[in-house]
Amino acid sequence: MAVIADTPVLYVRTAPAEQLLPPPASSGLIGWLRANLFSSFGNTVLTLACAALILWAVPPLLRFLFIDAVWSGSDREVCLASSAHLEPGACWAFVRVWLSYFVYGFYPIPGRWRVDVFFAALAFGIGWLAWLSAPRRDLGAVYFFIVLPVLSVVLLYGFPAIGLPTVPTNLWGGVLVTIVVATVGIVASLPIGILLALGRRSELPAVRWLAIGFIEFVRGVPLITVLFMASVMLPLFVPQRLEPDKLLRALIGVAVFASAYTAEVVRGGLAAVPRGQYEAARALALTYWPTMGLVILPQALRVTLPNIVNTFIGLFKDTTLVFVVGIFDFLRTIEAARGDPKWATPVTATTGYAFAALFYFIFCYGMSRYARSVEARLSRSDRR
Amino acid sequence: MKRIATALSLALLLAFSAQTAWAQTLQTVKQRGQLICGANGTLAGFGLPDPQGNWTGFDVDFCRAIAAAIFNDPSKVKFVPLTAANRFTALQSGEVDVLSRNTTWTMSRDTTLGLDFAAVTFFDGQGFMVHKSLKVSSALELNGASVCVQQGTTTELNLADYFRSHQMALKTVTFATADEAIKAYDSGRCDSYTTDSSGLYGERLRLTSPNDNIVLPEIISKEPLSPAVRQGDDSWEDLVRWTHEAMLDAEEFGVTKSNVDEQLKSANPEIRRLLGVEGQFGQSLGLTNDWAYRIIKSIGNYGESFDRNVGENSPLKIARGLNALWTKGGLQYGLPVR
Repeated sequence: MAVIADTPVLYVRTAPAEQLLPPPASSGLIGWLRANLFSSFGNTVLTLACAALILWAVPPLLRFLFIDAVWSGSDREVCLASSAHLEPGACWAFVRVWLSYFVYGFYPIPGRWRVDVFFAALAFGIGWLAWLSAPRRDLGAVYFFIVLPVLSVVLLYGFPAIGLPTVPTNLWGGVLVTIVVATVGIVASLPIGILLALGRRSELPAVRWLAIGFIEFVRGVPLITVLFMASVMLPLFVPQRLEPDKLLRALIGVAVFASAYTAEVVRGGLAAVPRGQYEAARALALTYWPTMGLVILPQALRVTLPNIVNTFIGLFKDTTLVFVVGIFDFLRTIEAARGDPKWATPVTATTGYAFAALFYFIFCYGMSRYARSVEARLSRSDRR
Repeated sequence: MKRIATALSLALLLAFSAQTAWAQTLQTVKQRGQLICGANGTLAGFGLPDPQGNWTGFDVDFCRAIAAAIFNDPSKVKFVPLTAANRFTALQSGEVDVLSRNTTWTMSRDTTLGLDFAAVTFFDGQGFMVHKSLKVSSALELNGASVCVQQGTTTELNLADYFRSHQMALKTVTFATADEAIKAYDSGRCDSYTTDSSGLYGERLRLTSPNDNIVLPEIISKEPLSPAVRQGDDSWEDLVRWTHEAMLDAEEFGVTKSNVDEQLKSANPEIRRLLGVEGQFGQSLGLTNDWAYRIIKSIGNYGESFDRNVGENSPLKIARGLNALWTKGGLQYGLPVR
């Protein structure tokens, strides 16, 4: 045996071979392209089709939105086709002139700082709660759920005793209304939705049937019908002095709706929690609320987070429906402005809608990205 | 059963108490210190906010005129934007005191909806817009023309009727929305575009080159636009009607926003009665005798409001047409103050 070991065997390597580069076709840019875009005939066709689509759609869009766009001016003349400007692009000058109306609606100009302060306070609250490693998030919750609502009402509606004149809600409009309706809907719907979901799974028949009745009734009628009923039918039955404020009607309608949908989403999460968890909680002598609060809901909400965010994004866009109550939300202010004869051009409406699309996209995409990051964080803790 | 009966009688009671409240709109308005006016909010020239959020337009100025007559302050109006669908309920339920929202006065609305129309402030009607290159100057020359129109509207039916009754060939090209129809007309798919003439002028500005298009003089349908009030409060209806008549009379007598103070010294008895120098006409409306003076001082006469909002001095440049005074070949005939 030793003899064999001592004799060098020519065909056995004594040192590791030098590493070769991977074949050019499987590495670098080409390799990436092959693996991701052209891995099969079908994928190649898809890739080419998508590339063609992008080439077809994106350059004209960029040209319209940016390159040919008109950025400033005082009336429609600047956005019309002329010898210098054969093919007029987006008329951003129109958006600039109308921007304050899009943001504040009819809110009296001397009081608009109040809206700005509200936006800042809201952004601060959201930031505090949304930044998961922010200090004292418990204080943040108190601020957001107790201080902020009171502050908002005082700021926006007014409080004559401290020198803030009342601004009736029929003067609110634009982004302000969209944000108020969406925030109230989202903030109210989560707790109410969770309670409804728990109620629906309750063992007390009265609670269960009430929850089922509420959820099914609300889901069975379209939001626009409820808003329409609230705005058109209610005044016929209720004497005028008892009639609730128009915006309040819309807020309640939206909150009730969002709650029913959130309830169903949360119920899905509750159903996904294994039975053993309930039994384990019971074995630890936990009563109903501690079981739910400490064991079941944290797991259920984690599972349902993507769906809850989905509901919220839907809700954010549904806020445009409040126009049927005669409230000028962001989209409605744009629709009103596009009729302005001072700015009537072939591109005015398109520009207005492009602006609206941008606004809604930024908010919805922001929500969706934030949810993704929270999900990622939660799944990291799952792996631990 | 008993409970239902109680509930029903309660509801009736509420309804009646509401009914009696409607009988004194003027008193309610005075107590409130503000007129509540249902307006459009999205129609250029008639009811539209400006970039600063102030309401502007012909219908809007009419409400301001009422406020001026009552309070001597045209800004004491709260405007409620209404949609075509909820405008009548808003009036019926008492949410607004007056509906000034380009509403056509028709028989069925007048007789069945529990409301009254006060006066035709604007005679509208369906008209045609054509490309100038067509070299057409009358709708009667449109034989064989293709016309872009919005689908499922009375506009579409009026169009067919008009062409049939004049034995002209018609090619309609219909679209689901007015926006699509005007785009198609702009791109040259049709020779003509038709809608209410007050809308035509606004749409014209949206074309690629507005000056290459003209609005033909013919009006082929009747759309008398009128402010409406609840039925059952005749004195309020009188006030709304006479606001319009006062503005018409002022135009006829040449009383304008700028010369109204000098006209107070006029010897013309009609002007003296209108401006309250003679007679007690304002008091019979429940106002002060200078009610018309207040309207003209703050809003101007009918022609001034027309020109400023929809006519010569506005981007719309709607011709007076049927809305000219009767002395100038139009239909606007101010009733006598005496």
